[in-house]
Amino acid sequence: MSQDAIDPSRRAWVGIACGAAAVGGAATAVPFVASFAPSERAKAAGAAVEVDISNLKSGEMTTVEWRGKPVWILKRTPEQVAELPKLDAKLADPDSQRKPDELTPEYARNKARSIKPELLVAVGICSHLGCSPTAKLQAGAQPSLPDDWQGGFFCPCHGSMFDLAGRVYKNLPAPDNLEIPPHMYLSDSKLLIGEDKKA
Amino acid sequence: MAEFKELPPGAPVTAQVTNWFENRFPTAFTEYKKHMSEYYAPKNFNFWYFFGSLAMLVLVIQIVTGIFLVMHYKPDAALAFASVEYIMRDVPGGWLIRYMHSTGASAFFVVVYLHMYRGLIYGSYRKPRELVWIFGVAIFLCLMGEAFMGYLLPWGQMSYWGAQVIINLFAAIPFVGPDLALLIRGDYVVGDATLNRFFAFHVIAIPLVLIGLVVAHLLALHDVGSNNPDGVEIKEKKDPKTGIPLDGIAFHPYYTIHDILGVSVFLMIFSAIIFFAPEMGGYFLEFNNFIPADPLKTPAHIAPVWYFTPYYSMLRATTDVMVNVMCVLFALGAVLAFVKGSMSGKVKIGIAIAALVTIALLKTFDAKFWGVVMMGAGVVILFFLPWLDQSPVKSIRYRPGWHKYVYGVFIAFFLILGWLGVEAPSPGKTLLAQIGTVYYFGFFLLMPWWSRLGEFKPVPERVVFHAH
Amino acid sequence: MMKKLLVSLLVAFAGAVQAAGGGLAWDKFPTDKLSDQAALQNGAKLFVNYCLNCHGASYMRFNRMADIGLTPEQIKGSLLFTTDKVGETMKVAIDPKQAKEWFGATPPDLSVIARSRAGAGGSGADYLYTYLRTYYRDDSKPTGWNNLAFPSVGMPHVLWELQGERRPLFEKKTEHGHEVEIFTGRWETVKPGKLDARAYDENVADLVAFMQWVGEPNQKSRVQIGVWVLLFLGLFTVIAWFLNRAYWKDVK
Repeated sequence: MSQDAIDPSRRAWVGIACGAAAVGGAATAVPFVASFAPSERAKAAGAAVEVDISNLKSGEMTTVEWRGKPVWILKRTPEQVAELPKLDAKLADPDSQRKPDELTPEYARNKARSIKPELLVAVGICSHLGCSPTAKLQAGAQPSLPDDWQGGFFCPCHGSMFDLAGRVYKNLPAPDNLEIPPHMYLSDSKLLIGEDKKA
Repeated sequence: MAEFKELPPGAPVTAQVTNWFENRFPTAFTEYKKHMSEYYAPKNFNFWYFFGSLAMLVLVIQIVTGIFLVMHYKPDAALAFASVEYIMRDVPGGWLIRYMHSTGASAFFVVVYLHMYRGLIYGSYRKPRELVWIFGVAIFLCLMGEAFMGYLLPWGQMSYWGAQVIINLFAAIPFVGPDLALLIRGDYVVGDATLNRFFAFHVIAIPLVLIGLVVAHLLALHDVGSNNPDGVEIKEKKDPKTGIPLDGIAFHPYYTIHDILGVSVFLMIFSAIIFFAPEMGGYFLEFNNFIPADPLKTPAHIAPVWYFTPYYSMLRATTDVMVNVMCVLFALGAVLAFVKGSMSGKVKIGIAIAALVTIALLKTFDAKFWGVVMMGAGVVILFFLPWLDQSPVKSIRYRPGWHKYVYGVFIAFFLILGWLGVEAPSPGKTLLAQIGTVYYFGFFLLMPWWSRLGEFKPVPERVVFHAH
Repeated sequence: MMKKLLVSLLVAFAGAVQAAGGGLAWDKFPTDKLSDQAALQNGAKLFVNYCLNCHGASYMRFNRMADIGLTPEQIKGSLLFTTDKVGETMKVAIDPKQAKEWFGATPPDLSVIARSRAGAGGSGADYLYTYLRTYYRDDSKPTGWNNLAFPSVGMPHVLWELQGERRPLFEKKTEHGHEVEIFTGRWETVKPGKLDARAYDENVADLVAFMQWVGEPNQKSRVQIGVWVLLFLGLFTVIAWFLNRAYWKDVK
C-alpha cells in the first residue's frame, strides 16, 4: 500500500500528534529528572550548624563539618589581623574581587574577610582540586614554606598557600581565595554556619 | 568502498545523511523494512491485538522506573523498608516513580493475560506459530519469577512471608527439596542473603532473559507472519505483481499509528490508577506490606499477589481427597483411551503404563508436594497447547457454537480460581476450587478429543474486514 | 451528673456495634478532616504530645508539616521532639528495647500505620478512629486497660485524661449452642475526662487525620496532578483517534 500523493489530513494529524506527544513526553520526564535533585534527607543533612565559640582562645582554631566539608573558625590575634594588608602584593586576589558571589558574601568584603575582624570563618577546601590545606598558623621559616611566612594555610597536594584571611598566594596552582560560607552570629558565643539573614 | 552508493551532487542534506548511514549500516535499513515498513500484517486486527504492543510498553515502563528506583533503594534487610519510604517522601518525584512501578507490575499481568487470551481464542499458537507461543509461555514464566522476586524487595510483611511460603514449596519436592530451599534462600530462613540475590535476579538477570525472549518472540513471529481473528493465512493469497499478501497492510504506518490509540487509552487507565487509587483496595499495594517484615509474626491472612492467585488456588485445592479423585480420573482417562481411542496399540499400552505410574506416584508422595506440582503444571501445560488443539479450524469464529461456552466456562473458572485464591479457605470454597482445577486441566488434557467434536463452519478464503 | 451520663450514653450509641461473625465493626472516620488544616494542625499537636513518647514516625520529617500550614517557627516552637533541627525525622524518644520490656511488644512506628491497618472492616483511618475510642478499664490486663477493636492490646489508654473512663455494656446471647457476650454498642461513663464525648471524638478524628496524612503526605498533590494528566491523555486519545482515522480511511 504505497501512498504517492501527500495526504494533507494525514500530515496534519501526524504533526498535531507529534506536538502533543512531545509535550506529554517532556511532562513525563520532569519527575524522573527531578529525582536526581538532592532529596529531603540530603537537604536536611546540609542544614546549618551551630557552633559554640565561647571557649575559643586568641590564636586558636577549631573545625566543624558543614555539608560534608570542613569549616575553619580561627580566632586571629590583633597582630595577625594588622599584618593582613601588608601581604597584598604577594596575593593573587588581595581584595577578593574574583567570583564574589561564590566566595565572599557582602559582610566579608573587607580586609579581614570576616564579620568580626578577629574571627575568620572559611571553608577549608583548597580552590585548586579540593584537598584540605594544613594549618600553619605560626609565622617564621618552616619546611616547604617561604622564609617570611606570616602564618596561614599550606595545601599538601600541590603546594598552594593561603594567608590568615584565606587569600591565595600568587603563582601557585590554586586560582581563588578560600570560600567564606554564609554565616551569622546568633550571639557573642554562638555562631551559625550555613545561614545568614539574607538566605 | 566500491559498494558504497554515491548520491548525485547537490542532493539534499537529509538524503546525504541517510545515505552516509545506509552505506555503513545497511542492516538498520533492511531490518526496518523487514519488521516495520514492509512487514505485512493482516488488516483485520481487532481490539484483542492491542495487547502485544502494550506488553512491550509496560516492559519499557518497568525497566525505566526500575532504573530510577534502584538509584535510591537499598537492598539490605535492615534498610530496605526505610529506603522505600525514603523514595516515597524524600526523593523529589519518587512517589510517582514508585507508584508507576507497582501499578506497572499488576498492569503487566493484566495485559499479558489478555494477550494470551487472544492467542487462545484465535489459535495463534497453531502451526506454523508454535514456537512463537512457546517463547511467549517462557516469557510468562520469567515474568512470574520476576514479579515474585521483585515483591520481596520492599521487605514488608507480605514480601517476607510470601517469599517464605513460596520457597517452602520448593522444600516440598521429595529428596532434594530442603537442600534446594536452602540453596535458594542462602540461609536457613529468608533473610538478607535472600534479599540480595533476589535483587540481583530482579534487576539484571531476569530482565536480560526477558528482553532476549521478547526479541526471539517477535523475530519468530515476523518470520512466519501474524495470525488474525479469522485464522486465515494471508500469505496464501498474494498479489502476483508485488508479492504482497492481498489482505496484508504495512505494519508501519498502519499498525504503529493504530497502536498509538491503544497506548493512549491504556495510559488513561494506568494513570487513573496511579493518581487516584494506587493501592487498588489492597490488591496492587497490599496493606500488610506497610508493616516492616517481622520473622517472628505471620500476618493473619497471607495471600499471594492477585496475579498468582489462580495457580495458588490449584495448589490449595490439592488435598488428600483431591489426590484420590485425580487417581480415579487418570484411571478413567486411561481406560477410555484404551477402549475408545483410535491410537495404535503401542501408544495405548504406553498410555496405560503412564497412568499406572502416575497413580503410584500420586499415592506415594504427600498431597502437599502434588499441590506444588499442580501449580506448576497449570503453567507448564500451556507449552503443549499447539499439540493439544486438534481442531480443524484455528479461530473460535468458525468453531461450533458450543465451543464458545467451553471457552467461556474455562475463563469463568480461571477468574473464580483467582478470586478463591485471595479468600480464606472454607470447605465450600475448597470444593469449588477443586472443581475449577479439574475443569482447567480437563480443558487442556481432553482437548485432543473435544476440539474435534461438533459442526465446524466454513472458513472464508479472505479475511473479514469492515472498512473504518 | 445524670444528664452528662445520659448524653454520653446517647452519643456513644452511635459508636461501634458487634458485627455479624464476631469482630467489632469499625466506625467511619470523618474524611472531611483531611482537607481541614486546623484539624491536621491540632492532630499534629496531639501526636507530638501523646504518641511520640513511645512511638516513632521515623520516615516523617518535621519540616514537612509546612504542607499543613505550619511555619518553621511554629514547628520549632511547639512541636520539635527528640531533636532541635526542623529537617530531622520524628524519631522515637523511648529505647525500643525498654519499651518491649514494659509493654510486651515494641511500639510500632506510626509513619504508615494508617496505610497498614486497612482491611475488610474499612480504611486504616476507620480502624484507628475506632481503636482510640474503644478503650475500657480491665484490671486483668498488665496496663489496666483493654480495647474492643484490639483485644488485649499492650498499649495503655494514653488519652485517658481526655476521654475519662468508660465501661462497654455487653449482653449475653446464645450463639452456636454456647453463651457469648455481645457488645451492645453502648457505653457507661465511669469517670468523666477533660473532654465530653463529642469533643473527644473530634480530637481523635484530628489525630487520626494527622496520622492518615503522615502515611502519605503527597496524597493531595497526587490527586491534583492526576486530574491534569487524565485531561491531557483524554485530549491525546482524541488526537490519536483522528490520526488513526486519517490513515485507515483508505484501507479497503
